[in-house]
Amino acid sequence: MLDIKKIREDFPILKREVNGKPLVYLDNAATSQTPQQVIDVIVDYYQNYNANIHRGVHTLSQEATDKYEQARIKIQKHFNAAKSYEIIFTSGTTHSINLVANGFASLINKGDEVIVSAMEHHSNIVPWQMLCERTGAILKVIPMNLEGELRMDVYEELLNDKTKLVFCNHISNALGTINPIEEIIEKAHKVGAAVLIDGAQAAPHLIADVQALNVDFYTCSAHKICGPTGEGMLYGKEEWLNKLPPYQGGGEMIAEVTFEKTTYADLPHKFEAGTPNICGGIAFGAALDYMNAIGFDEIAKYEHELLEYATQELLKIDGLKIYGTAKNKTSVISFNIEGIHPYDMGSILDKLGIAVRTGHHCAQPIMDFFKIPGTVRASFAFYNTKEEVDVLVAGVLRAKSMLL
Amino acid sequence: MEIKEIQEEIIDEFSMFDDWMQRYEYMIDLGKSLPLINEEFKTDDNIIKGCQSKVWVHAELEDNKLVFTADSDAIITKGIIAILIRAFSNQKPQDILDADTQFIDEIGLKEHLSPTRANGLVSMIKQLKLYAVAYQTQIED
Repeated sequence: MLDIKKIREDFPILKREVNGKPLVYLDNAATSQTPQQVIDVIVDYYQNYNANIHRGVHTLSQEATDKYEQARIKIQKHFNAAKSYEIIFTSGTTHSINLVANGFASLINKGDEVIVSAMEHHSNIVPWQMLCERTGAILKVIPMNLEGELRMDVYEELLNDKTKLVFCNHISNALGTINPIEEIIEKAHKVGAAVLIDGAQAAPHLIADVQALNVDFYTCSAHKICGPTGEGMLYGKEEWLNKLPPYQGGGEMIAEVTFEKTTYADLPHKFEAGTPNICGGIAFGAALDYMNAIGFDEIAKYEHELLEYATQELLKIDGLKIYGTAKNKTSVISFNIEGIHPYDMGSILDKLGIAVRTGHHCAQPIMDFFKIPGTVRASFAFYNTKEEVDVLVAGVLRAKSMLL
Repeated sequence: MEIKEIQEEIIDEFSMFDDWMQRYEYMIDLGKSLPLINEEFKTDDNIIKGCQSKVWVHAELEDNKLVFTADSDAIITKGIIAILIRAFSNQKPQDILDADTQFIDEIGLKEHLSPTRANGLVSMIKQLKLYAVAYQTQIED
Protein backbone atom coordinates (compact mmCIF):
# COMPACT_ATOMS: atom_id res chain seq x y z
CA MET A 1 0.00 0.00 0.00
CA LEU A 2 1.28 3.43 -0.91
CA ASP A 3 1.40 6.00 1.85
CA ILE A 4 -0.12 8.80 -0.21
CA LYS A 5 -0.04 11.32 2.61
CA LYS A 6 3.69 10.81 2.97
CA ILE A 7 4.24 10.85 -0.81
CA ARG A 8 2.39 14.17 -1.10
CA GLU A 9 4.84 15.65 1.42
CA ASP A 10 7.54 15.14 -1.23
CA PHE A 11 5.83 17.58 -3.62
CA PRO A 12 6.10 21.19 -2.38
CA ILE A 13 3.81 22.50 -5.15
CA LEU A 14 0.87 20.44 -3.90
CA LYS A 15 0.72 22.69 -0.84
CA ARG A 16 -0.02 25.84 -2.80
CA GLU A 17 -3.34 27.52 -3.40
CA VAL A 18 -4.80 28.59 -6.72
CA ASN A 19 -7.47 31.29 -6.82
CA GLY A 20 -7.77 31.00 -3.05
CA LYS A 21 -8.46 27.25 -3.16
CA PRO A 22 -6.12 24.34 -2.43
CA LEU A 23 -4.59 23.19 -5.71
CA VAL A 24 -6.08 20.01 -7.14
CA TYR A 25 -3.61 19.08 -9.86
CA LEU A 26 -5.17 16.77 -12.45
CA ASP A 27 -3.10 17.64 -15.49
CA ASN A 28 -0.46 14.98 -15.01
CA ALA A 29 -0.64 13.73 -18.59
CA ALA A 30 0.62 17.16 -19.67
CA THR A 31 3.35 17.38 -17.07
CA SER A 32 3.90 15.74 -13.71
CA GLN A 33 4.99 17.60 -10.60
CA THR A 34 8.51 17.45 -9.24
CA PRO A 35 9.40 15.91 -5.86
CA GLN A 36 11.84 17.60 -3.49
CA GLN A 37 14.31 14.75 -4.07
CA VAL A 38 14.60 15.75 -7.74
CA ILE A 39 14.58 19.49 -7.00
CA ASP A 40 17.48 18.88 -4.58
CA VAL A 41 19.48 17.17 -7.34
CA ILE A 42 18.90 20.16 -9.65
CA VAL A 43 19.98 22.61 -6.94
CA ASP A 44 22.99 20.47 -6.04
CA TYR A 45 24.15 20.47 -9.66
CA TYR A 46 24.11 24.26 -9.97
CA GLN A 47 25.52 24.80 -6.47
CA ASN A 48 28.32 22.28 -6.57
CA TYR A 49 29.45 20.92 -9.92
CA ASN A 50 27.99 22.92 -12.82
CA ALA A 51 30.45 22.45 -15.71
CA ASN A 52 30.53 21.38 -19.32
CA ILE A 53 30.92 17.66 -19.84
CA HIS A 54 33.19 15.35 -21.84
CA ARG A 55 35.71 18.10 -22.50
CA GLY A 56 37.33 19.53 -19.43
CA VAL A 57 40.23 17.99 -17.56
CA HIS A 58 39.22 19.85 -14.44
CA THR A 59 37.45 18.28 -11.48
CA LEU A 60 34.04 19.90 -11.92
CA SER A 61 33.83 18.82 -15.55
CA GLN A 62 34.79 15.30 -14.58
CA GLU A 63 32.19 15.19 -11.81
CA ALA A 64 29.45 16.50 -14.10
CA THR A 65 30.43 14.01 -16.82
CA ASP A 66 30.37 11.11 -14.35
CA LYS A 67 26.92 12.02 -13.02
CA TYR A 68 25.55 12.55 -16.53
CA GLU A 69 26.83 9.19 -17.71
CA GLN A 70 25.54 7.54 -14.53
CA ALA A 71 22.12 8.93 -15.40
CA ARG A 72 22.37 7.36 -18.84
CA ILE A 73 23.06 4.00 -17.19
CA LYS A 74 20.08 4.46 -14.85
CA ILE A 75 17.88 5.03 -17.91
CA GLN A 76 19.44 2.03 -19.67
CA LYS A 77 18.69 -0.22 -16.69
CA HIS A 78 15.19 1.16 -16.25
CA PHE A 79 14.23 0.35 -19.82
CA ASN A 80 16.46 -2.73 -19.92
CA ALA A 81 18.41 -1.61 -22.98
CA ALA A 82 21.30 -3.93 -23.89
CA LYS A 83 23.88 -1.14 -24.14
CA SER A 84 24.10 2.27 -22.46
CA TYR A 85 25.03 3.86 -25.80
CA GLU A 86 21.65 2.83 -27.17
CA ILE A 87 20.22 5.56 -24.93
CA ILE A 88 20.40 8.98 -26.58
CA PHE A 89 19.66 12.04 -24.47
CA THR A 90 17.21 14.35 -26.25
CA SER A 91 15.18 17.39 -25.27
CA GLY A 92 12.09 15.19 -25.12
CA THR A 93 9.83 12.92 -27.13
CA THR A 94 9.26 15.45 -29.93
CA HIS A 95 12.99 15.85 -30.43
CA SER A 96 13.46 12.07 -30.40
CA ILE A 97 10.82 11.51 -33.05
CA ASN A 98 12.23 14.24 -35.27
CA LEU A 99 15.69 12.70 -34.91
CA VAL A 100 14.45 9.34 -36.18
CA ALA A 101 12.18 10.80 -38.89
CA ASN A 102 15.01 12.93 -40.18
CA GLY A 103 17.36 9.95 -40.25
CA PHE A 104 14.88 7.82 -42.14
CA ALA A 105 14.68 10.40 -44.91
CA SER A 106 17.86 8.86 -46.30
CA LEU A 107 16.61 5.27 -45.88
CA ILE A 108 13.17 5.62 -47.43
CA ASN A 109 12.25 5.81 -51.07
CA LYS A 110 9.36 7.06 -53.12
CA GLY A 111 6.42 4.70 -52.88
CA ASP A 112 7.50 3.17 -49.58
CA GLU A 113 4.81 3.10 -46.93
CA VAL A 114 4.80 4.23 -43.33
CA ILE A 115 1.98 3.50 -40.88
CA VAL A 116 0.73 5.69 -38.06
CA SER A 117 -2.13 5.11 -35.64
CA ALA A 118 -5.29 7.22 -35.58
CA MET A 119 -4.73 8.23 -31.98
CA GLU A 120 -1.34 9.90 -32.20
CA HIS A 121 -0.20 13.16 -30.66
CA HIS A 122 0.63 15.73 -33.34
CA SER A 123 4.29 15.21 -32.51
CA ASN A 124 4.01 11.64 -33.76
CA ILE A 125 2.18 12.64 -36.95
CA VAL A 126 3.73 15.83 -38.28
CA PRO A 127 7.41 14.71 -38.43
CA TRP A 128 6.33 11.66 -40.46
CA GLN A 129 4.18 13.75 -42.77
CA MET A 130 7.22 15.94 -43.35
CA LEU A 131 9.26 12.80 -44.02
CA CYS A 132 6.67 11.64 -46.56
CA GLU A 133 6.68 15.03 -48.28
CA ARG A 134 10.45 14.90 -48.60
CA THR A 135 10.71 11.32 -49.78
CA GLY A 136 7.45 10.63 -51.59
CA ALA A 137 6.59 7.85 -49.12
CA ILE A 138 2.93 7.18 -48.36
CA LEU A 139 1.36 7.65 -44.93
CA LYS A 140 -1.28 5.10 -43.90
CA VAL A 141 -3.43 5.23 -40.79
CA ILE A 142 -4.59 2.45 -38.43
CA PRO A 143 -8.17 3.47 -37.57
CA MET A 144 -9.80 3.08 -34.15
CA ASN A 145 -13.21 2.06 -32.90
CA LEU A 146 -15.63 4.13 -30.83
CA GLU A 147 -14.13 2.87 -27.59
CA GLY A 148 -10.80 4.34 -28.67
CA GLU A 149 -9.10 1.03 -29.45
CA LEU A 150 -6.99 0.42 -32.55
CA ARG A 151 -8.51 -1.73 -35.28
CA MET A 152 -5.85 -4.44 -35.34
CA ASP A 153 -7.63 -6.28 -38.16
CA VAL A 154 -7.16 -3.24 -40.41
CA TYR A 155 -3.56 -2.87 -39.25
CA GLU A 156 -2.79 -6.32 -40.58
CA GLU A 157 -4.28 -5.42 -43.94
CA LEU A 158 -2.15 -2.26 -44.12
CA LEU A 159 1.11 -4.13 -43.65
CA ASN A 160 2.95 -5.28 -46.74
CA ASP A 161 6.47 -5.51 -48.11
CA LYS A 162 6.45 -1.78 -48.92
CA THR A 163 5.95 -0.92 -45.24
CA LYS A 164 9.18 0.51 -43.92
CA LEU A 165 8.15 2.05 -40.61
CA VAL A 166 5.34 1.84 -38.08
CA PHE A 167 4.92 4.39 -35.31
CA CYS A 168 2.41 4.33 -32.57
CA ASN A 169 2.05 5.56 -29.03
CA HIS A 170 2.23 3.10 -26.18
CA ILE A 171 -0.59 4.96 -24.44
CA SER A 172 -2.84 7.63 -25.98
CA ASN A 173 -2.52 11.03 -24.32
CA ALA A 174 -6.07 12.05 -25.15
CA LEU A 175 -7.87 8.78 -24.39
CA GLY A 176 -5.61 6.82 -22.05
CA THR A 177 -5.83 3.68 -24.21
CA ILE A 178 -2.95 1.24 -23.72
CA ASN A 179 -2.16 0.00 -27.20
CA PRO A 180 -1.19 -3.62 -27.94
CA ILE A 181 2.34 -2.67 -28.92
CA GLU A 182 3.75 -6.21 -28.58
CA GLU A 183 1.46 -7.31 -31.39
CA ILE A 184 2.10 -4.14 -33.41
CA ILE A 185 5.87 -4.67 -33.20
CA GLU A 186 5.75 -8.39 -33.97
CA LYS A 187 3.54 -7.96 -37.03
CA ALA A 188 5.61 -5.05 -38.36
CA HIS A 189 8.80 -7.09 -38.05
CA LYS A 190 7.25 -9.89 -40.09
CA VAL A 191 7.20 -7.57 -43.12
CA GLY A 192 10.61 -6.12 -42.26
CA ALA A 193 9.39 -2.74 -41.01
CA ALA A 194 10.98 -0.86 -38.11
CA VAL A 195 8.82 0.33 -35.22
CA LEU A 196 8.99 3.48 -33.14
CA ILE A 197 6.92 3.56 -29.97
CA ASP A 198 6.12 6.92 -28.38
CA GLY A 199 6.25 6.12 -24.67
CA ALA A 200 5.63 9.66 -23.39
CA GLN A 201 2.34 8.72 -21.73
CA ALA A 202 3.39 5.22 -20.74
CA ALA A 203 6.59 6.02 -18.87
CA PRO A 204 4.81 7.45 -15.78
CA HIS A 205 2.60 4.38 -15.43
CA LEU A 206 4.59 1.31 -16.38
CA ILE A 207 8.06 0.10 -17.27
CA ALA A 208 8.70 -0.77 -20.89
CA ASP A 209 11.33 -3.47 -21.36
CA VAL A 210 12.75 -2.59 -24.75
CA GLN A 211 14.51 -5.95 -25.21
CA ALA A 212 11.44 -8.00 -24.31
CA LEU A 213 9.35 -5.81 -26.61
CA ASN A 214 12.01 -6.16 -29.32
CA VAL A 215 11.16 -2.58 -30.27
CA ASP A 216 13.45 -0.65 -32.63
CA PHE A 217 12.93 2.81 -31.12
CA TYR A 218 11.29 3.85 -27.87
CA THR A 219 11.11 7.39 -26.54
CA CYS A 220 9.82 9.36 -23.56
CA SER A 221 10.08 12.73 -21.83
CA ALA A 222 11.44 13.29 -18.32
CA HIS A 223 8.86 15.89 -17.33
CA LYS A 224 6.04 13.37 -17.36
CA ILE A 225 7.85 11.12 -14.87
CA CYS A 226 8.59 13.63 -12.11
CA GLY A 227 11.68 14.95 -13.92
CA PRO A 228 12.46 18.34 -15.47
CA THR A 229 11.14 19.77 -18.76
CA GLY A 230 13.36 19.97 -21.84
CA GLU A 231 14.82 16.51 -21.24
CA GLY A 232 14.04 13.09 -22.62
CA MET A 233 15.50 9.98 -24.10
CA LEU A 234 15.50 7.98 -27.28
CA TYR A 235 16.27 4.29 -27.17
CA GLY A 236 17.35 2.84 -30.47
CA LYS A 237 18.69 -0.59 -31.32
CA GLU A 238 22.39 -0.32 -32.00
CA GLU A 239 22.04 -1.52 -35.60
CA TRP A 240 19.42 1.13 -36.33
CA LEU A 241 21.32 3.94 -34.64
CA ASN A 242 24.34 3.02 -36.73
CA LYS A 243 22.27 3.13 -39.91
CA LEU A 244 20.78 6.55 -39.23
CA PRO A 245 22.82 9.61 -40.19
CA PRO A 246 23.39 12.29 -37.52
CA TYR A 247 20.51 14.70 -36.96
CA GLN A 248 22.37 17.87 -36.03
CA GLY A 249 25.97 18.83 -36.60
CA GLY A 250 28.10 20.53 -33.99
CA GLY A 251 30.47 19.95 -31.14
CA GLU A 252 30.48 16.70 -29.17
CA MET A 253 29.18 14.63 -32.10
CA ILE A 254 32.41 14.51 -34.11
CA ALA A 255 35.51 12.35 -34.12
CA GLU A 256 37.66 14.52 -36.37
CA VAL A 257 36.97 17.71 -38.27
CA THR A 258 38.87 19.15 -41.19
CA PHE A 259 37.40 21.44 -43.85
CA GLU A 260 37.53 18.52 -46.26
CA LYS A 261 35.79 15.97 -44.15
CA THR A 262 34.34 15.29 -40.72
CA THR A 263 34.06 11.88 -39.19
CA TYR A 264 31.38 11.34 -36.63
CA ALA A 265 31.71 10.24 -33.06
CA ASP A 266 30.56 6.84 -31.91
CA LEU A 267 27.19 6.22 -30.30
CA PRO A 268 25.61 7.85 -28.41
CA HIS A 269 27.54 11.08 -29.07
CA LYS A 270 26.85 10.99 -32.80
CA PHE A 271 23.31 12.13 -31.96
CA GLU A 272 24.21 14.51 -29.13
CA ALA A 273 25.55 17.62 -30.82
CA GLY A 274 26.28 20.64 -28.65
CA THR A 275 26.20 21.09 -24.91
CA PRO A 276 23.28 19.00 -23.67
CA ASN A 277 20.86 19.69 -20.84
CA ILE A 278 23.36 18.28 -18.34
CA CYS A 279 21.40 19.11 -15.23
CA GLY A 280 18.23 17.81 -16.93
CA GLY A 281 19.84 14.46 -17.72
CA ILE A 282 21.08 14.01 -14.17
CA ALA A 283 17.68 15.01 -12.77
CA PHE A 284 16.00 12.57 -15.18
CA GLY A 285 18.04 9.79 -13.56
CA ALA A 286 17.04 11.05 -10.11
CA ALA A 287 13.37 11.06 -11.13
CA LEU A 288 13.61 7.40 -12.20
CA ASP A 289 15.24 6.60 -8.84
CA TYR A 290 12.37 8.34 -7.06
CA MET A 291 9.67 6.51 -9.04
CA ASN A 292 11.39 3.15 -8.71
CA ALA A 293 11.74 3.59 -4.96
CA ILE A 294 7.95 3.95 -4.78
CA GLY A 295 7.54 1.06 -7.21
CA PHE A 296 5.73 0.95 -10.54
CA ASP A 297 3.56 -2.03 -9.58
CA GLU A 298 2.20 -0.14 -6.59
CA ILE A 299 1.79 3.01 -8.67
CA ALA A 300 -0.17 1.18 -11.38
CA LYS A 301 -2.39 -0.54 -8.84
CA TYR A 302 -3.20 2.69 -7.00
CA GLU A 303 -3.77 4.72 -10.18
CA HIS A 304 -6.14 2.05 -11.43
CA GLU A 305 -8.18 2.42 -8.24
CA LEU A 306 -8.28 6.19 -8.79
CA LEU A 307 -9.35 5.68 -12.39
CA GLU A 308 -12.17 3.32 -11.47
CA TYR A 309 -13.39 5.56 -8.67
CA ALA A 310 -13.25 8.73 -10.79
CA THR A 311 -14.97 7.02 -13.73
CA GLN A 312 -17.75 5.73 -11.51
CA GLU A 313 -18.28 9.12 -9.80
CA LEU A 314 -18.11 11.21 -12.98
CA LEU A 315 -20.57 8.94 -14.80
CA LYS A 316 -23.15 9.73 -12.11
CA ILE A 317 -23.33 13.25 -13.58
CA ASP A 318 -26.22 13.62 -15.95
CA GLY A 319 -25.16 14.36 -19.53
CA LEU A 320 -21.49 13.49 -18.96
CA LYS A 321 -19.82 11.43 -21.64
CA ILE A 322 -16.37 9.85 -21.40
CA TYR A 323 -14.26 9.56 -24.56
CA GLY A 324 -11.90 6.63 -24.53
CA THR A 325 -13.45 3.62 -22.85
CA ALA A 326 -10.89 1.02 -23.82
CA LYS A 327 -10.74 -2.05 -21.61
CA ASN A 328 -7.04 -1.46 -21.17
CA LYS A 329 -6.42 2.14 -20.15
CA THR A 330 -4.48 4.35 -17.74
CA SER A 331 -5.66 7.03 -15.35
CA VAL A 332 -6.79 9.52 -17.98
CA ILE A 333 -10.42 10.58 -18.31
CA SER A 334 -11.43 12.70 -21.28
CA PHE A 335 -14.99 13.93 -20.99
CA ASN A 336 -17.61 16.48 -22.02
CA ILE A 337 -20.99 17.45 -20.71
CA GLU A 338 -23.68 17.80 -23.30
CA GLY A 339 -24.15 21.45 -24.24
CA ILE A 340 -21.00 22.69 -22.51
CA HIS A 341 -17.83 23.72 -24.34
CA PRO A 342 -14.72 22.20 -22.72
CA TYR A 343 -13.10 25.63 -22.56
CA ASP A 344 -15.95 26.94 -20.38
CA MET A 345 -15.75 23.91 -18.09
CA GLY A 346 -11.97 24.29 -17.74
CA SER A 347 -12.26 28.01 -16.96
CA ILE A 348 -14.70 27.44 -14.10
CA LEU A 349 -12.70 24.49 -12.73
CA ASP A 350 -9.59 26.68 -12.73
CA LYS A 351 -11.43 29.23 -10.62
CA LEU A 352 -12.05 26.40 -8.16
CA GLY A 353 -8.35 25.55 -7.99
CA ILE A 354 -8.70 22.44 -10.17
CA ALA A 355 -6.13 22.10 -12.95
CA VAL A 356 -7.34 20.07 -15.93
CA ARG A 357 -6.46 20.23 -19.57
CA THR A 358 -9.06 21.35 -22.08
CA GLY A 359 -8.96 21.41 -25.85
CA HIS A 360 -7.86 18.98 -28.51
CA HIS A 361 -4.79 17.75 -26.56
CA CYS A 362 -2.64 18.10 -29.67
CA ALA A 363 -4.59 15.22 -31.17
CA GLN A 364 -7.01 16.90 -33.56
CA PRO A 365 -7.65 13.75 -35.62
CA ILE A 366 -9.13 12.11 -32.50
CA MET A 367 -11.44 15.08 -31.90
CA ASP A 368 -12.50 15.02 -35.56
CA PHE A 369 -13.23 11.30 -35.18
CA PHE A 370 -15.60 11.95 -32.28
CA LYS A 371 -16.87 15.17 -33.97
CA ILE A 372 -16.18 17.35 -30.95
CA PRO A 373 -14.13 20.57 -30.55
CA GLY A 374 -12.18 19.06 -27.68
CA THR A 375 -12.60 17.52 -24.27
CA VAL A 376 -11.93 18.22 -20.63
CA ARG A 377 -9.17 15.85 -19.55
CA ALA A 378 -8.48 14.89 -15.97
CA SER A 379 -5.31 12.81 -15.64
CA PHE A 380 -4.29 11.30 -12.34
CA ALA A 381 -0.90 10.55 -10.83
CA PHE A 382 0.06 8.41 -7.85
CA TYR A 383 0.03 11.49 -5.59
CA ASN A 384 -3.62 12.27 -6.30
CA THR A 385 -6.32 11.16 -3.88
CA LYS A 386 -9.94 10.06 -3.87
CA GLU A 387 -10.74 13.28 -2.00
CA GLU A 388 -9.40 15.19 -5.01
CA VAL A 389 -11.66 13.14 -7.28
CA ASP A 390 -14.55 14.28 -5.07
CA VAL A 391 -13.45 17.92 -5.44
CA LEU A 392 -13.36 17.45 -9.22
CA VAL A 393 -16.84 15.95 -9.30
CA ALA A 394 -18.23 18.75 -7.12
CA GLY A 395 -16.48 21.30 -9.35
CA VAL A 396 -17.94 19.80 -12.53
CA LEU A 397 -21.41 19.88 -10.97
CA ARG A 398 -20.98 23.50 -9.94
CA ALA A 399 -19.70 24.51 -13.38
CA LYS A 400 -22.58 22.65 -14.96
CA SER A 401 -25.15 24.55 -12.91
CA MET A 402 -23.52 27.84 -13.91
CA LEU A 403 -23.12 27.09 -17.59
CA LEU A 404 -26.36 25.36 -18.50
CA MET B 1 -22.57 57.30 -26.08
CA GLU B 2 -18.83 57.46 -26.46
CA ILE B 3 -16.67 54.39 -25.98
CA LYS B 4 -15.17 55.79 -22.79
CA GLU B 5 -18.64 56.35 -21.30
CA ILE B 6 -19.81 52.86 -22.17
CA GLN B 7 -16.68 51.42 -20.60
CA GLU B 8 -17.35 53.41 -17.40
CA GLU B 9 -20.87 52.04 -17.38
CA ILE B 10 -19.60 48.46 -17.68
CA ILE B 11 -17.08 49.06 -14.88
CA ASP B 12 -19.95 50.37 -12.71
CA GLU B 13 -22.03 47.27 -13.38
CA PHE B 14 -19.19 44.91 -12.54
CA SER B 15 -18.33 46.80 -9.34
CA MET B 16 -21.54 45.46 -7.84
CA PHE B 17 -20.19 41.93 -7.80
CA ASP B 18 -18.38 40.60 -4.74
CA ASP B 19 -16.68 37.54 -6.17
CA TRP B 20 -15.66 35.75 -9.33
CA MET B 21 -18.77 33.57 -9.35
CA GLN B 22 -21.09 36.51 -9.70
CA ARG B 23 -18.88 38.04 -12.40
CA TYR B 24 -18.82 34.78 -14.32
CA GLU B 25 -22.55 34.25 -13.95
CA TYR B 26 -23.13 37.74 -15.32
CA MET B 27 -20.78 37.09 -18.23
CA ILE B 28 -22.49 33.81 -18.97
CA ASP B 29 -25.84 35.66 -19.03
CA LEU B 30 -24.37 38.27 -21.35
CA GLY B 31 -23.08 35.49 -23.56
CA LYS B 32 -26.47 33.87 -23.74
CA SER B 33 -28.15 37.17 -24.68
CA LEU B 34 -25.59 38.22 -27.29
CA PRO B 35 -27.38 38.92 -30.57
CA LEU B 36 -25.95 36.28 -32.79
CA ILE B 37 -24.07 36.87 -35.97
CA ASN B 38 -26.08 36.21 -39.09
CA GLU B 39 -25.39 32.57 -40.03
CA GLU B 40 -24.24 33.61 -43.52
CA PHE B 41 -21.32 35.47 -41.94
CA LYS B 42 -20.21 32.50 -39.84
CA THR B 43 -17.70 31.57 -42.48
CA ASP B 44 -14.12 30.42 -42.22
CA ASP B 45 -13.04 33.85 -43.48
CA ASN B 46 -14.61 35.47 -40.44
CA ILE B 47 -13.18 33.04 -37.96
CA ILE B 48 -10.59 34.12 -35.43
CA LYS B 49 -8.83 31.00 -34.37
CA GLY B 50 -7.98 30.88 -30.72
CA CYS B 51 -6.49 27.63 -29.55
CA GLN B 52 -9.66 26.32 -27.95
CA SER B 53 -12.79 28.28 -28.75
CA LYS B 54 -13.86 29.54 -32.13
CA VAL B 55 -14.80 33.19 -32.55
CA TRP B 56 -16.53 34.69 -35.58
CA VAL B 57 -16.68 38.46 -36.14
CA HIS B 58 -18.44 40.39 -38.85
CA ALA B 59 -18.29 44.17 -39.40
CA GLU B 60 -20.52 46.50 -41.41
CA LEU B 61 -20.44 50.23 -41.92
CA GLU B 62 -23.70 52.05 -41.20
CA ASP B 63 -23.78 55.88 -41.32
CA ASN B 64 -20.02 55.96 -41.01
CA LYS B 65 -20.18 53.85 -37.88
CA LEU B 66 -18.93 50.30 -37.53
CA VAL B 67 -21.42 47.70 -36.41
CA PHE B 68 -19.99 44.42 -35.14
CA THR B 69 -21.76 41.10 -34.78
CA ALA B 70 -20.01 38.04 -33.41
CA ASP B 71 -20.39 34.57 -31.99
CA SER B 72 -18.34 31.87 -30.27
CA ASP B 73 -18.84 28.21 -29.51
CA ALA B 74 -17.82 28.79 -25.86
CA ILE B 75 -20.19 30.71 -23.62
CA ILE B 76 -17.63 32.51 -21.42
CA THR B 77 -15.81 33.67 -24.53
CA LYS B 78 -19.16 34.82 -25.88
CA GLY B 79 -19.77 36.81 -22.70
CA ILE B 80 -16.51 38.66 -23.13
CA ILE B 81 -17.28 39.25 -26.79
CA ALA B 82 -20.64 40.69 -25.73
CA ILE B 83 -18.80 43.14 -23.46
CA LEU B 84 -16.35 44.11 -26.21
CA ILE B 85 -19.11 44.57 -28.75
CA ARG B 86 -21.09 46.71 -26.38
CA ALA B 87 -18.03 48.93 -25.96
CA PHE B 88 -16.91 49.11 -29.58
CA SER B 89 -19.90 48.53 -31.84
CA ASN B 90 -21.79 51.43 -33.38
CA GLN B 91 -18.76 53.72 -33.13
CA LYS B 92 -16.73 55.67 -35.64
CA PRO B 93 -13.71 53.68 -36.88
CA GLN B 94 -11.28 56.36 -35.71
CA ASP B 95 -12.75 56.25 -32.19
CA ILE B 96 -12.37 52.46 -32.13
CA LEU B 97 -8.75 52.85 -33.18
CA ASP B 98 -8.11 55.39 -30.43
CA ALA B 99 -9.84 53.40 -27.69
CA ASP B 100 -7.96 51.29 -25.17
CA THR B 101 -9.05 48.07 -23.45
CA GLN B 102 -7.97 49.00 -19.95
CA PHE B 103 -11.55 48.51 -18.70
CA ILE B 104 -11.19 44.75 -19.09
CA ASP B 105 -8.60 44.83 -16.30
CA GLU B 106 -10.84 46.94 -14.16
CA ILE B 107 -13.77 44.54 -14.33
CA GLY B 108 -11.55 41.70 -13.12
CA LEU B 109 -11.22 39.85 -16.40
CA LYS B 110 -7.57 40.66 -16.99
CA GLU B 111 -6.66 36.98 -17.10
CA HIS B 112 -8.72 36.56 -20.27
CA LEU B 113 -6.71 39.17 -22.10
CA SER B 114 -3.29 37.72 -21.45
CA PRO B 115 -1.69 37.01 -24.84
CA THR B 116 -0.82 33.53 -23.62
CA ARG B 117 -4.40 32.69 -22.78
CA ALA B 118 -5.59 30.34 -25.43
CA ASN B 119 -8.97 31.92 -26.08
CA GLY B 120 -8.31 34.11 -29.06
CA LEU B 121 -9.54 37.30 -27.38
CA VAL B 122 -6.38 39.23 -27.96
CA SER B 123 -6.69 38.32 -31.62
CA MET B 124 -10.31 39.36 -31.44
CA ILE B 125 -9.47 42.90 -30.26
CA LYS B 126 -6.78 43.07 -32.91
CA GLN B 127 -9.39 42.05 -35.47
CA LEU B 128 -11.86 44.73 -34.32
CA LYS B 129 -9.10 47.31 -34.71
CA LEU B 130 -8.13 45.93 -38.12
CA TYR B 131 -11.72 46.34 -39.31
CA ALA B 132 -11.59 49.90 -37.97
CA VAL B 133 -8.39 50.61 -39.94
CA ALA B 134 -9.89 49.16 -43.11
CA TYR B 135 -13.13 51.12 -42.86
CA GLN B 136 -11.35 54.30 -41.78
CA THR B 137 -9.34 54.13 -45.00
CA GLN B 138 -12.56 53.56 -46.93
CA ILE B 139 -14.17 56.65 -45.36
CA GLU B 140 -11.11 58.78 -46.12
CA ASP B 141 -11.13 57.65 -49.74
